Amino acid sequence: MVESVPAELRAGGPVLDAEGIRRTIRRLAHEIVERNAGIGGLVLIGIQTRGVTLATRLANLIAEFEGARPTLGTLDITLHRDDLASRGLRSTPRPSALPDVEGRSVVLVDDVLYTGRTVRAALDTINDFGRPRHVRLAVLIDRGHRELPIRADIVGKNIPTTRGDQVQVLLDEEDGRDAVVVIPGGERP
Amino acid sequence: MTTETPHSTGATEAEPARPLAPPADPLVAEPAEGPWRHRHVLDLDDFDADEIETVLDLADRMQEVLERRIARVPALRGHTIVNLFYEPSTRTRASFELAGKVLGADVLSVSASTSSVQKGESLIDTVRTLRAMGAGILVMRHPSAGAPYLAARHTDAAIVNAGDGAHAHPTQGLVDLYTMRKHFGDLEGKRVVMIGDIAHSRVARSDLWGLSTLGADVVVCGPPTLLPLGLAAAQRPPDAAGALPPVEIETDIDRAIDGAHVVMALRLQSERQQGGLLPSLHEYALHYQVTSARLARAHPEHLLMHPGPKNEGVEIAREVAAGDHSIIEQQVANGVAVRMALLYLLALGRDADGAGPAP
Repeated sequence: MVESVPAELRAGGPVLDAEGIRRTIRRLAHEIVERNAGIGGLVLIGIQTRGVTLATRLANLIAEFEGARPTLGTLDITLHRDDLASRGLRSTPRPSALPDVEGRSVVLVDDVLYTGRTVRAALDTINDFGRPRHVRLAVLIDRGHRELPIRADIVGKNIPTTRGDQVQVLLDEEDGRDAVVVIPGGERP
Repeated sequence: MTTETPHSTGATEAEPARPLAPPADPLVAEPAEGPWRHRHVLDLDDFDADEIETVLDLADRMQEVLERRIARVPALRGHTIVNLFYEPSTRTRASFELAGKVLGADVLSVSASTSSVQKGESLIDTVRTLRAMGAGILVMRHPSAGAPYLAARHTDAAIVNAGDGAHAHPTQGLVDLYTMRKHFGDLEGKRVVMIGDIAHSRVARSDLWGLSTLGADVVVCGPPTLLPLGLAAAQRPPDAAGALPPVEIETDIDRAIDGAHVVMALRLQSERQQGGLLPSLHEYALHYQVTSARLARAHPEHLLMHPGPKNEGVEIAREVAAGDHSIIEQQVANGVAVRMALLYLLALGRDADGAGPAP
């Protein structure tokens, strides 16, 4: 398995730099609108925390080229996690603010898709708010290793990783710069 | 035999016996990650400002959950919470039941009056029996001060004090703080006046601790017979060991209400009074009822609060209870969110080695 991971990743350099992220997000914005055939009924829901930042950027971009901004929401999934007992208080619920989702075209937005458990929790949380017409998933990075039958509809970049690797998406609004970094397994602090 | 604790009020005859000093082990957890280190919620006198803010911030999250179309989350699924009430209750009991249910826990209520307590079963046996059935969290209300501390020493379940005699009602204190914070943001320097049967009010005591910790200016007001004996005498310089938080004591209601940001009316706790403390209810109302006329002296944006149940015409005038400044119903509504936050923190905040009740 280790041999399939490219050398550049093993070195820990950025897999995606600021320019790369900018272009990728622009493409994602277009794909979202294309898949939805416009922005009618579109609701972008960012999963806390970096999914929210990404969803906001996507909404702003879409507003630029479509002339209208899609509805935006934020979602915290802590209370629906399947591992609360072992995590204890390490995860603190953050705010959720959802617009009406009943009958709408929801696009869930997150930075990294990994085991799929976060998305499962997000789907369950959305159910408590209403019944969308459909839910699509847009992620910046898909790093593989799904533990549930969940897939992304719109993907920025596929990065093969091993389970020990750590994938970090850094965003200017939160981290001061844009970069996607992979820390190879075994070098975790 | 009571031991002097760091939080002793030094008060004497008019107050019920101080709770026994909590021993080091069962009541203080190993410091957990983040600002929450409580195995139990027994009183607000050992909550620092960070911990109070943690509870209130989490209550905001829980409030949002309550506004969802389906206000249910599975966070406490598999946990069993038992309300063990030796005294009547509407608000506290119902809001704990709802709080547990919204979080997905199983909740049952045991009322002492219809339980084997009537057959002579002791508190400790009752607590251990419920724990043996799988109750991880016990919410207790009892007429004796210190009862939840005793329970905490005899079980590894988490104990929440829902009122012990006239000693403490920490969850109501937190609900009141939450309500005030929602309106004012920061409570530092805000003038909060509590009017009524202070001596017998566990809510007043818990509010006093919490408000002082958050930096509010607290005023207690009532007839001298209903103010805790020794309250003034027990106030020492803030750095002295066992010092009570600074409190302004006022027997004149108009001077007390002057400029107040929050006016809290408290019920006469006749069930706790020995008798002979007041000439008549009419006399009391004449001098201490919270009326619109008296509230004219309060801050223009003041809040009118009452922990309930209220006796209109005694400690509070009807038009005031229903008036524009009254947030009595909001206090009740906020009760579920705050209690959800506490149950969540207790259930998930056990130390890393898993000691404590498994769900």
